[in-house]
Amino acid sequence: MQFSEAWLRTLVNPALDTQALAHALTMAGLEVEALEPAAPAFSHVVVAEILSAEKHPDADRLRVCQVDVGEASPVTIVCGAPNAATGLKVPCARPGAKLPGIEIKVAKVRGVESFGMLCSTKELGLEGNADGLMVLADDAPVGEDFRSYLNLDDTLVTLKLTPNRADCLSLAGLAREVGAITGSEVRLPHIEPVAPTIDDSVAVSVQAPDACPRYLARTVRGIDAQAATPRWMAERLERSGIRPLLAPVDITNYVLLELGQPMHAFALSRLAGGIEVRMARPGETLELLNGQTAELAPDMLVIADANGPVALAGIMGGQPTSVEKFTVDVLLEAAFFAPAAIAGRARRLGLSTDSSHRFERGVDFAAVRQAMERATRLLIDICGGQPGPVVEVAAQLPRRDPIVLRLPRLARVAGIALDADQVARGFNALGAACERRDDTLVVTPPSFRFDLAIEEDLIEEAVRLHGYDAIPAQPPAAPSRMLPQDETRVADDALRQMLVGLDYQEVITYSFVDPAWEAALDATARPLSLANPLASQLSAMRTTLWGGLIETLRHNLNRQQERVRIFELGRVYASLDEQPMKLGGLAYGAVVPEQWGTASRRVDFFDVKGDLERLCGQALDARRGTHPALHPGQSAEIWADGRPAGWLGTLHPRLVQAYDLVSPPVLFELDARALVWRALPRHAGLSRFPQVRRDLAFVLDAHTPAGELVGALRAAAPQSVREIAVFDEYRGKGVPENQKSLAIRVVMQDTERTLTDQEVEDTVHKLVDAALRQCNAALRA
Amino acid sequence: MRTPNEIVAEALTAIHGCADLHTLEQVKAVYLGKNGQLTELLKSLGGMPADERKTAGARINEAKQAVETALKDKREALQQAELDRQLAAETLDVTLPGRGLGQGGLHPVSKTLSRIQALFHSIGFTVATGPEIETDFYNFTALNIPEDHPARAMHDTFYLQSGELLRTHTSPVQVRYMQKHEPPLRIIAPGRVYRCDSDVTHTPMFHQVEGLWVDESVSFADLKGVLADFMRNFFERDDLPVRFRPSFFPFTEPSAEMDIGCVMCAGVGCRVCSHTGWLEVLGCGMVHPNVFRHVNIDTERFIGFAFGLGVERLAMLRYGVDDLRLFFENDLRFLKQFN
Repeated sequence: MQFSEAWLRTLVNPALDTQALAHALTMAGLEVEALEPAAPAFSHVVVAEILSAEKHPDADRLRVCQVDVGEASPVTIVCGAPNAATGLKVPCARPGAKLPGIEIKVAKVRGVESFGMLCSTKELGLEGNADGLMVLADDAPVGEDFRSYLNLDDTLVTLKLTPNRADCLSLAGLAREVGAITGSEVRLPHIEPVAPTIDDSVAVSVQAPDACPRYLARTVRGIDAQAATPRWMAERLERSGIRPLLAPVDITNYVLLELGQPMHAFALSRLAGGIEVRMARPGETLELLNGQTAELAPDMLVIADANGPVALAGIMGGQPTSVEKFTVDVLLEAAFFAPAAIAGRARRLGLSTDSSHRFERGVDFAAVRQAMERATRLLIDICGGQPGPVVEVAAQLPRRDPIVLRLPRLARVAGIALDADQVARGFNALGAACERRDDTLVVTPPSFRFDLAIEEDLIEEAVRLHGYDAIPAQPPAAPSRMLPQDETRVADDALRQMLVGLDYQEVITYSFVDPAWEAALDATARPLSLANPLASQLSAMRTTLWGGLIETLRHNLNRQQERVRIFELGRVYASLDEQPMKLGGLAYGAVVPEQWGTASRRVDFFDVKGDLERLCGQALDARRGTHPALHPGQSAEIWADGRPAGWLGTLHPRLVQAYDLVSPPVLFELDARALVWRALPRHAGLSRFPQVRRDLAFVLDAHTPAGELVGALRAAAPQSVREIAVFDEYRGKGVPENQKSLAIRVVMQDTERTLTDQEVEDTVHKLVDAALRQCNAALRA
Repeated sequence: MRTPNEIVAEALTAIHGCADLHTLEQVKAVYLGKNGQLTELLKSLGGMPADERKTAGARINEAKQAVETALKDKREALQQAELDRQLAAETLDVTLPGRGLGQGGLHPVSKTLSRIQALFHSIGFTVATGPEIETDFYNFTALNIPEDHPARAMHDTFYLQSGELLRTHTSPVQVRYMQKHEPPLRIIAPGRVYRCDSDVTHTPMFHQVEGLWVDESVSFADLKGVLADFMRNFFERDDLPVRFRPSFFPFTEPSAEMDIGCVMCAGVGCRVCSHTGWLEVLGCGMVHPNVFRHVNIDTERFIGFAFGLGVERLAMLRYGVDDLRLFFENDLRFLKQFN
């Protein structure tokens, strides 16, 4: 909402300068978004009349003018504007004037002394371009200061109003609010009924009384639609961001700004029969004022005549019945449309109008007739014409029931006790009747407030008028009870920190991705789609973090980052009920940053597997498995607690090629929930007896997983065995083709005594026997 | 036969000439070994008359001592020289960089979230989470935003083809949490939110932290106290100016916007604060009774306040990031600046 400060000050004029007034509005919840001067600073410019304009003796394009500046004798001014002509009223900058970027002095122009400058709008900084002198109205008073003539010492105020404060979408409403905030006297325009001078009227039938509880129509005949809109009105419209068009339209717009009541004027001759206010019928359309043809839905309220809809009620009038230059008879409409009947319709049609904006939020249903009278008066004063009687159809208007505000409740919510009398005065200033009854105030909200219905609404108003800043900020008192700390659960932050320690950089990528990424990673993926994505590349809800991670890799490779190790902790999306948190990672490039004294090699599967083992704090239950995005021979399904918990592997060569990568990145994605549980540590005692280590080398089929052999050994191991681990894998010379050798470390130790050689040998024998039987693995000779 | 003094003089010369421990041991053998010259002299004492033997013996022992001392000094000198050589040979260029893994790091939004969580945790707030794909009910209806309410226009909502939506704020977590927990409660709900908006100052995805405190005696004054405390601690500025302006959110009443004095220009006025000296950082208010009614909390017994703050906004102010979009481009050169 934009308005002229000077206009507001005609209605309420608190002793505050512009900045202080803006601050007061902002702190009352009417946020001032911008303050802009109506005109740039300039001085010594007056209204002048060109008495004569003669060609300059020495210059074809210049004229020597005699100009009346309101002084005893005219002054000579040389002027280059093409439209300089005798009789024109123009702004004239006198010597000593400071215009934007120029200072005016007495100067000789091609030998003729010039005492000032006649100005265009551009020279005054009022507009960016101009093709000649600014021409003023014929009745402009010669000699008057130009700024005061056009009220240029004004500020355009832009408010960012919250949707609950529709009552401030007019100058009258703002004035009332400013009065309440500042305690200043409010002087609203005095509106007298205009007596009808003709009997003409149009029948009005309201068939949707819930949607339109009040409808007023009035015929005015014999107007001059081309009458000039008065300068004061045009100026106020312009400073409110509305371009003056045609007097009758300007008048309805003016009333909308002044009183907040949207109005419409129909060209009476274009209406067939009476007015019907009804819901649109299936298939009806209406060509709107903006040229758009709207397909009307049955929940849209229309104004119709015998031939069909002529206006979209409360939103926009129709083109065929609109007032034009040659319109002589008009039908003025002022109505109250229920917010629920208007809300959302304009948006559905891609429209937002001053009218719909107000009706959606609530218009003062008690002031509809006032607005009609005001508009009639202005119309007759400006365009002439004969008014008919006001036809009014009314039904059940919104109720304004008294609301009880309990003062102790107010104090409890606010945190301090507010003075009851002061609170009551505040409500009165806001136009609400207010009565004190014991510990309560009984408040009846005014017809223009649609946001006051329950006690909390009153509490908010009371606190607002008291001033939020006047409520103390107090540190709250709360019982000093400690928060539980589950030691068996690793917090998300700790997981992140562990990966940071493992040299991974956290990234945050969009939850919606290119459906092509999803399809490339898994042709069977059926990601959820956005119905209204910003772009098709942001339309699929990710089912894996890998799309974003690979894109991040590519983004960084394009920026000469050769080594990329990244992770993301975020959700993937399957449905409303399934949006699991995943921990995904990607490692690409050198295993360690390029550094002296260390041979460089590229990161591989086992490097990342090691990272995950450190992350999980234990050996990883990794099982062979295939995933469509991963190299089938270099991928593992990670299990936790007897359930699959994610994947680890190198990117499938097909995708490495498709993404134009030099080498395959290693990827992982784990269910974050599977990672967070850690057993509470429990001390198991230390053995005081020596440990014995035996290294066993087995030869077995190259395809038998090491994990299988280790598993078999562990299952066969007696209690004294503390550790069984692979420490080498070898294929090649000395080992038959299709076979491999695995070197296993076996550590034995008893808690009670030193193991005897015989016991050690028995254990080794048991293990060797199990290896042979279960994995066909022979002890290497 | 040579006198002990002659032998000592010769031995000292030989010792002096030794360049290493091995040669020194050879020299030792020549004079003090089993058949060494001084040893031989001692052996010859046996053939001397008793009165001469005593003085001669004393002289030989003196000579022996002199040689041994010289040997010991020389040995120590040589050992020291050897150690010095070794140390010199082993000297590293300590200015060369260390080796090993590089340094990972947290995303600045994560860092900010952690900081926010830690501050609220310190006064008893626990973390609650909720789904990002939400229903109309939790995102709007339960928060007192009915269908066609103008407030819905403030939320440019992404809808799924299935009819659900991406939550436009973290406020639905309030509702879900209150459905399952009895007051008193004190939670914050950090997470991703989505709005159908993308330009220099908007990304379609961003992060919010929702906060909720419900108890029997929670007031607007408490709300102001907690949030002022938070902002001053977040920015580590005890003198940070804060102000609360009336505003409108359907799910709180009274509602407020919180501003802080611009941390970029100290309130003087700059581009970041649009020359107002103030930065809008947070929306808040007292929980609307309609929200409590949706979750069956007794509005007479309990009062609550709620707030929602934009994490990226705080991260930008805290770390001096001037372009919101940088957060989601994930350029490592940007991200590593926060490690």
